[in-house]
Amino acid sequence: MNSCVEERAQPGGLVRFARRYGLQIGIVLVAVIVWALFFIGSPQTFSSFPIYSAFMSTTPLFAMMALPLTLVIIAAEIDLSFPSVMAFGMTAFTLILAATNSLTLAFVGCLLAGLLAGVVNGLLVVRIGIPSLVATIGTQYFWRGVVLVITGGNGRSLVPTQGSLLYNALVGRLAGRIPAQMLWTIIVAGIVWLFLNRHKFGAHVYLIGDNVESAKLMGVNAARTKLLVFAIMGMAAAFAGLVVSLEVLYFWPTMGEWYLLSTLSSVFLGGTSVFGGTGTIFGTFVASFIIGAINGGIVAAGLAGFWTQLIYGLIIVASVSMHAILRRRLA
Amino acid sequence: MDYILEMKDICKSFGEVEALRHVDFAVGANEIVGLLGDNGAGKSTLIKIITGYHYPDSGEIYFNDEKMERLSVARARQLGIETVYQERALADLQPLWRNIFMGRELSGPLGFLDVNGMMQETQRLMVGSMGFTSSAVVPDSVVGTFSGGEKQGVAIVRALYFEAELIILDEPTMGLSLSETRKLLDFVRDIRKAGKACIFIDHNVFHVYSVADRVIVLDRGAVAGQFSTKDITLDQLMDKMYRVAQTGSLD
Repeated sequence: MNSCVEERAQPGGLVRFARRYGLQIGIVLVAVIVWALFFIGSPQTFSSFPIYSAFMSTTPLFAMMALPLTLVIIAAEIDLSFPSVMAFGMTAFTLILAATNSLTLAFVGCLLAGLLAGVVNGLLVVRIGIPSLVATIGTQYFWRGVVLVITGGNGRSLVPTQGSLLYNALVGRLAGRIPAQMLWTIIVAGIVWLFLNRHKFGAHVYLIGDNVESAKLMGVNAARTKLLVFAIMGMAAAFAGLVVSLEVLYFWPTMGEWYLLSTLSSVFLGGTSVFGGTGTIFGTFVASFIIGAINGGIVAAGLAGFWTQLIYGLIIVASVSMHAILRRRLA
Repeated sequence: MDYILEMKDICKSFGEVEALRHVDFAVGANEIVGLLGDNGAGKSTLIKIITGYHYPDSGEIYFNDEKMERLSVARARQLGIETVYQERALADLQPLWRNIFMGRELSGPLGFLDVNGMMQETQRLMVGSMGFTSSAVVPDSVVGTFSGGEKQGVAIVRALYFEAELIILDEPTMGLSLSETRKLLDFVRDIRKAGKACIFIDHNVFHVYSVADRVIVLDRGAVAGQFSTKDITLDQLMDKMYRVAQTGSLD
């Protein structure tokens, strides 16, 4: 009798678990399959450390933006301006560094520039009432223009920063082999997860993305929450821009364009709905590494870089379509 | 009479549309007020002003004799005004517990959520007040999968949970089955027994007449008249409602 009851209860629990974590389980399976394919394709490369070290140095460059971008998209908004904000933050960094010779001031200035760009996006959406898709296309060109006007389109070497505390903290190698940016990405993921899932702020992000009218009727301050989400995104973009530039020891004024595609596809592949209200940090984190691996795979397979755009574009369309279909079935 | 809520000379326009014109409105401390009126009479606008969602263009609002300046939704809920909206104000993709505590999450001083506390309270409310007996529904269940009656139950229990002083029910019987409707009307009578106040808005005159102490009729943004349900029969009320709809005047 007892065992019979238990047998009936258990599948129920399993089904519930599968339903709740289905997308996360799915993304882990995709990651394992991608890894297995690569391993079968070139067992030698994938059984030695250097390839993983390479993943850990390149993937964080966009993963640390995909994580806060997940918040933006859960809140049913979008930010397309972050590639330019990366360069804008770095413009502030190089200007302040040249003027003061202080890495600390330059670092703070870089983050503040990102914050400013994020707040501008937020105000355009919240106060002026422009759809974020349009507002952030506008600011994408605007900040890129600001960067190009200020720099005259000229890059700047960051070699003098090599060996500094900031350099070692952001892009150094822990124990001589683990890239520091990997650690930062894990820290960012942990903090974003905590605030999204265990804080009022994150609860409100989900609610305004799900049904902004309901949230407002129940006293959620939607404007403040959205503004904060955009501000965090701007600051994260500036931080990522600094990490990218320090990693290659050079600041290109055109930097960031490639990151639009990889960051967006990480968020959508990770199971965040373009319609808002659902999405997980775990999904984005795992998906970032799948995207990073696919990029490495394309290079390893000797395909031209043009393929990257084709494949990432396909991933975005496919993940967003899947959500549209799931949503229709729920309704 | 002691009033929990008094509104004086309230005006509200949306662009060209005058939604409310010099409306005076009051609710006694332990009174069920029925609000009747056709579509577009201004009922929803009036309650959205009471709940702090809209600001009136002019006029004064007193809650427990205290004048309210720039009443916000969060402030109104703090004061004990809870609302069950016509559109239910739920977030369909979120779990039940997040819906119950929407906008008033249980949290520590730094704003971190007490998830366990909210889950346990939700479980308690489900069994005790919402009458969910199906084992398929747990605090983690997504609200979008619930039936219309279940969703209404969630909205009502949410309003009750926060020790409301004044409960506003906007078209609460819409989409409910007969037995669910009867349960809802019993629930409104319980509000009076508990010593609380209620504003009850419904298209159905029978429902309003059967539970309200006083009925206020809105027409085209203005108060057309008010009656104590003791002084008027259901037939007379129906007559007057009909006349208002036809002529814009009660007599």
